Amino acid sequence: MSKAPKLKSCVITNNIRKLRFHANEMTQQELADKTGVTRQTIVAIENGKYFPTLELAFRIAALFNTPLEDVFIVRFS
Amino acid sequence: MESKEKLSLLSVASSALITGGYSIYVYSNYISGQETVLNDFSFWGKAFLVLIPVSIVAHIVLHIVFAIGNKIVTNEDLETATDERDRHIELKAVRISHWVFIAGFLLAMISQAAGMPVWVMFVLFVLSGFMASTASEIAKIIYYRRGI
Repeated sequence: MSKAPKLKSCVITNNIRKLRFHANEMTQQELADKTGVTRQTIVAIENGKYFPTLELAFRIAALFNTPLEDVFIVRFS
Repeated sequence: MESKEKLSLLSVASSALITGGYSIYVYSNYISGQETVLNDFSFWGKAFLVLIPVSIVAHIVLHIVFAIGNKIVTNEDLETATDERDRHIELKAVRISHWVFIAGFLLAMISQAAGMPVWVMFVLFVLSGFMASTASEIAKIIYYRRGI
């Protein structure tokens, strides 16, 4: 029987910068405008200084036509 | 520096300017030489009631002057739109300011329980209001820089 993983802490990273690059080098401002937030919020998310709400996370994923888990990557420790 | 950080710094500076300036004005015009007024509730009531509109108008004027100055110097408009991150930071900052004001309120009540003059309580109210506002703005700057 496999041991259940400990889910006490996790590290969340994201691929937004890469996804923007593959989406015709979309700018942070364009992404901000399309998702209804400020550019500073996009900057903070990309730098891991802010974790968006589920709603915004889904909006970003939908914009890139990508599953959520390809935009945000979680690693449990 | 983000626009929101600049606005928070402006708020700290303008709060210090307005509270300090108003306190000096009231002291030199109404208190200096006639210290008996310090224990007059009517005096403190009027002083607080006048401070509110003076503070609002002064904040608006300073904000407009800062926005014009910022546009001239950086050729950029101040970002005033808010989103979920701003609201999150605002909530955390308001919580901190409430705690600071409650601490000031408790100190004011303790001063009265200890038999200190009435003016000590009112001065503590002014100070705790100023400290609460400053703590809130400093917390915002820290959250914008460090992240939440």
